[in-house]
Amino acid sequence: MKKTFAIGGVHPHDSKLSRQSAVEELPLPETVAISMAQHLGAPATPIVAVGDKVLVGQLIAEPSGFVSAPVHSSVSGTVKAIEPRADLAGNPVPHVVIEVEGDAWLPEIDRTPNFVGDMTLSAEQILARIKEAGIVGLGGAAFPTHIKLSPPPGKKAEVLILNGTECEPYLTSDDHIMRDRPDEIAMGAQIMMKALGVGRCYIGIEENKPEAIKAMRIAAIRFGGLEVVRLKKKYPQGGEKQLIDAIIGRRVPSLGLPIDTGAVVQNVGTALAVYEAVQKHKPLIDNMITVTGRCLPVQKNFLVRIGTPFSKLLEAVGGIPENAAKIISGGPMMGKAISNLEATTVKASSAVLVLTEKETKRRPEGPCIRCGKCADACPMGLQPFLLYKLAKMNRPDEMEQEKVFDCIECGCCLYTCPAGIPLLDLIRIGKADVMKIMRSRKK
Amino acid sequence: MSNLIVSPSPHLHGPESTRRVMGDVLIALLPVTLVALLCYGWSVLILLLSGVATCVLCEYLINRFLLHRPCSVGDLSAIVTGVLLVLNLPPAAPWWIAVVGAVVAIGIAKMTFGGLGQNLFNPALVGRVFLLVSFPVLMTDWTIPHGLLQDHLPSLSAQVDAFSGATPLGVAKEGLGAGSTLQELFAGGQFNWNMFFLRPGGSVGELSALALLVGFLYLLCRRVIKVTIPLTIVATVVVLSAIFSAVDPARFTGPLFNVFTGGLLLGAIFMATDYVTSPMTTLGQIIYGVGIGVIALCIRYFGSYPEGVSFSILIMNCVVPLLNKYCKPRRFGKEAK
Ligand code: SF4
Ligand code: SF4
Repeated sequence: MKKTFAIGGVHPHDSKLSRQSAVEELPLPETVAISMAQHLGAPATPIVAVGDKVLVGQLIAEPSGFVSAPVHSSVSGTVKAIEPRADLAGNPVPHVVIEVEGDAWLPEIDRTPNFVGDMTLSAEQILARIKEAGIVGLGGAAFPTHIKLSPPPGKKAEVLILNGTECEPYLTSDDHIMRDRPDEIAMGAQIMMKALGVGRCYIGIEENKPEAIKAMRIAAIRFGGLEVVRLKKKYPQGGEKQLIDAIIGRRVPSLGLPIDTGAVVQNVGTALAVYEAVQKHKPLIDNMITVTGRCLPVQKNFLVRIGTPFSKLLEAVGGIPENAAKIISGGPMMGKAISNLEATTVKASSAVLVLTEKETKRRPEGPCIRCGKCADACPMGLQPFLLYKLAKMNRPDEMEQEKVFDCIECGCCLYTCPAGIPLLDLIRIGKADVMKIMRSRKK
Repeated sequence: MSNLIVSPSPHLHGPESTRRVMGDVLIALLPVTLVALLCYGWSVLILLLSGVATCVLCEYLINRFLLHRPCSVGDLSAIVTGVLLVLNLPPAAPWWIAVVGAVVAIGIAKMTFGGLGQNLFNPALVGRVFLLVSFPVLMTDWTIPHGLLQDHLPSLSAQVDAFSGATPLGVAKEGLGAGSTLQELFAGGQFNWNMFFLRPGGSVGELSALALLVGFLYLLCRRVIKVTIPLTIVATVVVLSAIFSAVDPARFTGPLFNVFTGGLLLGAIFMATDYVTSPMTTLGQIIYGVGIGVIALCIRYFGSYPEGVSFSILIMNCVVPLLNKYCKPRRFGKEAK
């Protein structure tokens, strides 16, 4: 039987337009601008100076603070500037700008396609490598991976879950890496299992990716302790809490952490990055990005160096079409609208999606008809219409009682509402207020 | 490119809209409306035209001149109210009955509360009950107007003759009041399968259980409503009436009779499921459905009206805000310790 999570969820058309287009390497841009804030937590501190020569894979910024990650150069060339630049939403963020000269890699990085299956490192050594390689969760939140692989004292990991659901419509990058590099992903899983000290790993993949399921199943046979779980197609299956529920049937408690269920979830892309870091000494300097949208003449999957401007990705598919109305970094359900196309890709970038006005237009807002469909769609079992009303009336206490902090901002409510009410927009604002109050209370 | 839209996620939206939901309800009402038009002829057509037109006009005028709000007729909800109101009228009612009912439904039950989504009571039922109380004779005149179908279906005209002037529920109530037993009143049995296909006598929309069920299936397939409310209402009535009729078959009518006579199916499928005036969570919907079933049957058995579906739905409408407040959906995950 196909598994899925128990509460709520929606079924948008999956629109996997770039499913069958092979992965291409994007030509190197003339300059890259590498953000120092690519991960959750404190921005990294640059350790290079303007004028320095750097190689591909060279460390250019060190983590500052516990929750942080180092950053490496994705190109070889000369550091041109270290300055704040606008990110995709237009907010200034420190960047290291490098002018590209050739493509010279650090010599210790193993660039051969050979699969390296032997590993004798201890858990500590693995974690150190992952940390040094600057790996962060590639599923979206960009949480530093080595921290996630070190459960807090008193909590014990029992199982590793790899997220290969790619439940957002349009995205196909995880699908492609699973089809093309299943052994590397499985090996990455083995490495993380060792780091966690667990003997079991499930790989959750939605049913609309049969090739990936097959490839990963074959790889799973080669390595012990791995099992591929075929999941029903339903959004937001890739949400950590939903995935744990779907695969091992345990629910993360309200205000709790995934580790409370004994599960640690990592993205398949992260598993690949872990393999490359530990076995091939390659830090996280590139990633797979889907460039897609119905209005584009072609939809493609590119291997892209981190720090490449979004405009270059769009040029590679023939530029921005006339009727483009919205350009999104990430998927259509949780991605962010890009206002600045000169902003550059970061570690967690997964897609550039171009939508026309017709595709993305919200319905005109009408009165709530109290149909309850938003509550039926909410995967966290909340009552979005109520939270919306409370947010509008500015009642943070009641919002807290109604568990607004459980909202994962998946957008199912807004997607569903027949009256076109901007539910999530207001819930987000109210949630931020409530979280602020809760934090100040803790202090 | 400065003219890109920058708004928060999600960037896609589902296919549903208020208009589509209401349109689906209208489509689901089509089978029973068509059968009624064929069976009862012109008089139903006139009722429909006057009822719907008044609802739409009322909503338009109130929005325009009293509330100064944009016109909301496009969401089709006024048309739905109009059709539902007419389905709850006797087929022989004069046209102005529909007009008065529509004015009460839209003008009082819907717009004074603030329009779509704000009303506590089902507007069409408020209209009907107002008419029932104000014009008791006209509203219980079960004369059967002559329509096309009656010429071509001999079994139907036989039924028309048998029932003319009274509904089965009315017969039961009066007969029992006069001291007869049910066995004497319904010598041929309380229920026969004709009642399932076509049963003239009673309100316009009570004509065909089959047509109502076709509409119900459509609503389910389109996921406009869930099965919960209609099912709990019908199940409650079936279970309770089975118990009562087993205890005293001479006084209490049985399950099939109670499900297929009167407005029970019409009410359970189309009136009690109105989004605005029904609870939003499954638990709330079950309590609401059981409540409607119990009250409707109690009125039929013990009340002075032969029929109690409209009243029971209106009574349970009052409880909906409470049900919505206390019946929470199933949350994801328990509280962390
Ligand atoms: S965005 Fe929040 S409230 Fe809306 S459906 Fe998702 S979890 Fe529920
Ligand atoms: S989905 Fe929209 S119309 Fe329906 S209850 Fe929720 S907010 Fe109201």
